[in-house]
Amino acid sequence: MSTMTGTTVDATVGLRLATADTSRFATADTPRLATADTLRFATAGSVDDGKSTLVGRLLHDSKSVLADQLEAVETASRNRGKDTPDLALLTDGLRAEREQGITIDVAYRYFATPKRRFILADTPGHVQYTRNMVTGASTAELAIILVDSRSGIVEQTRRHAAVAALLRVPQVVLAVNKMDLVGYAQGVFERLVEEFAGYAAELGLPGFTPIPVSALAGDNVVERSTRMDWYAGPALLEFLENVPVAADPADAPARFPVQYVIRHGDVRHYAGQLVSGSLRVGDRVTVHPSGETSEITAIDALGTAVETAYAPQSVGVRLADQRDVSRGDMITAGGEAPVLTQDVRAAVCHLADRPLRVGDRVLLKHTTRTVKAIVKDLAGAQALSVNDLGRITLRTAEPLALDDYGVSRRTGAFLLIDPADGATLTAGMVDLAGLG
Amino acid sequence: MSAFTLSHLDALESEAVHIFREVAGEFENPVILFSGGKDSIVMLHLALKAFAPAAVPFSLLHVDTGHNFPEVLEYRDRAVAAHGLRLHVASVQDYIDRGVLRERPDGTRNPLQTLPLTEKIQAEKFDAVFGGGRRDEEKARAKERVFSLRDEFSQWDPRRQRPELWNLYNGRHAPGEHVRVFPLSNWTELDVWQYIAREGIELPEIYFAHDREVFRRAGMWLTAGEWGGPKDGETVEKRQVRYRTVGDMSCTGAVDSDAVTLDDVIAEIAASRLTERGATRADDKMSEAAMEDRKREGYF
Repeated sequence: MSTMTGTTVDATVGLRLATADTSRFATADTPRLATADTLRFATAGSVDDGKSTLVGRLLHDSKSVLADQLEAVETASRNRGKDTPDLALLTDGLRAEREQGITIDVAYRYFATPKRRFILADTPGHVQYTRNMVTGASTAELAIILVDSRSGIVEQTRRHAAVAALLRVPQVVLAVNKMDLVGYAQGVFERLVEEFAGYAAELGLPGFTPIPVSALAGDNVVERSTRMDWYAGPALLEFLENVPVAADPADAPARFPVQYVIRHGDVRHYAGQLVSGSLRVGDRVTVHPSGETSEITAIDALGTAVETAYAPQSVGVRLADQRDVSRGDMITAGGEAPVLTQDVRAAVCHLADRPLRVGDRVLLKHTTRTVKAIVKDLAGAQALSVNDLGRITLRTAEPLALDDYGVSRRTGAFLLIDPADGATLTAGMVDLAGLG
Repeated sequence: MSAFTLSHLDALESEAVHIFREVAGEFENPVILFSGGKDSIVMLHLALKAFAPAAVPFSLLHVDTGHNFPEVLEYRDRAVAAHGLRLHVASVQDYIDRGVLRERPDGTRNPLQTLPLTEKIQAEKFDAVFGGGRRDEEKARAKERVFSLRDEFSQWDPRRQRPELWNLYNGRHAPGEHVRVFPLSNWTELDVWQYIAREGIELPEIYFAHDREVFRRAGMWLTAGEWGGPKDGETVEKRQVRYRTVGDMSCTGAVDSDAVTLDDVIAEIAASRLTERGATRADDKMSEAAMEDRKREGYF
């Protein structure tokens, strides 16, 4: 059992993010696996908000549950003395989750409608599992924050909104659940939305879409409800099917972290995944951190020679000159160069049970590069506890080629790792503007 | 703006290749679990593409239950020879012959695979073990990380998994520990079949409809054979069937099918109202947490 901590959301994180250039983020971000027909989204809700029921309802009503899965849920529900199938049992996959009736860890679900494919990261709402919400949100293009219409905006709701803002999830849905228990009242919904809007503005969320639902009764989940004719917007699934997914513009600066050098005879192919922009045969490129320049002579897209490669393709490139290029280096071209620095400033979410303290020696993994680092400052604090959101300054043993997280969720993100046992300690989001 | 988008399959392929290359870059002695089933065949195909024109820098490991389909063993050996790979075999039969493992009353050898697998990993000092597991297969698998740390007993503790953010996979581990790696985590059964069709990947024939001597047990068609079926009261009949998964003969069921081509198979799966494991795996039906319990023990 993880330790319970009663830490509160660091409001300064939100305020600081509010000043970042979000318009730049919206166009230049590179979500992992961005394809026009796939939406990656995450759900978060507090205990007893009915999140598992909502996800179960979404899967069930969109006919994404197959006969044997439903049969297993019906049997398990009967064994627990319930008359109707408990849809939460569809998603709570661990023994401990079913015993306690709560979600402990992220589960990934895959479903599709005729319009779109979905990858759902179903994340826990408990305060002690915030790190698992961070895990789910890191790759999400949309987050659903669930609230109970009766209890309204609670501390966990604010925390979920802060995580969505911190991780730069491009779209947020506020799902106001259990509308059946407040008589489907428009006033309740509107008061909640207004209150959340205040927090959202403080946290720098670019915007959000509120939807009144009843997961238990199925209102506005897949089908529009007839019991809330005052609500003119889409049902949840309808919104998920139509929300635009940000694609990486091909004219963004190219970022190509070298993963592995494939040697074949005298030829060296630099293998990696293009995380933003595009690379063309003939492009002048810079290798970081050495700063040496060269020219691309060939690109191999997994067995096919191509003239141009685009993010997020995994490719191999060849350079004109015999350079000393290896895993951990970053090849870039076009636009602004990354910032080369040994002084890293970032917003962080601390993930490990052991605290992170000023003076700690850690490993920092950024793209394919892992370097030693020392924690220099924690925005005045002496330590960060599990699930704390905060700010950090690190000094690294070697220079890193960094972008702002607001510009790239790939080249602006890093992990801190415990050198003793390899545990993942902290998630970091580079803030080049930093503390000034 | 000239936005470029990858197709769904290209994006999955790119992500899986990225995972293979991360492991090659960070580990000393990785191995690919290779059963001769469609998921491991797709894994091998992806690994070949990830390191071309050079050879795959990993060996293969097969956990041989002793109850394998002959067509699958033949395919395995052909694949190993064709690509000049090294094959390690962990043999359940060998453990039974030595008296270390005992045959179960129900005749299934699936749970018996865990000990030979984990001892082989320790003996060969494998530090990364690729598995073809997909999160869409089963509700415990849906909880699995792409990089899943196992202790020196190969155990999975779902409550102590490392958080896994962005595509920054943490492969650090202590001596004796290893990491299970799942490059197909985000693929569905249909994705696997569509990719096999697109890439023209050859599969063992048992994936396509054929006539077979089978008998009914626990609602599934099992292949009659020396492994212990049929028993009294079970009658053998010849039916046109195919397999959706390939595993130990004692617990892998066939489905009635007339799908003889890849297109037929894809159409059949798209219309199926049963999950892959629900339709064909007896061992997952033993309890609500059967897979979770086996995974905790070190199963793949």
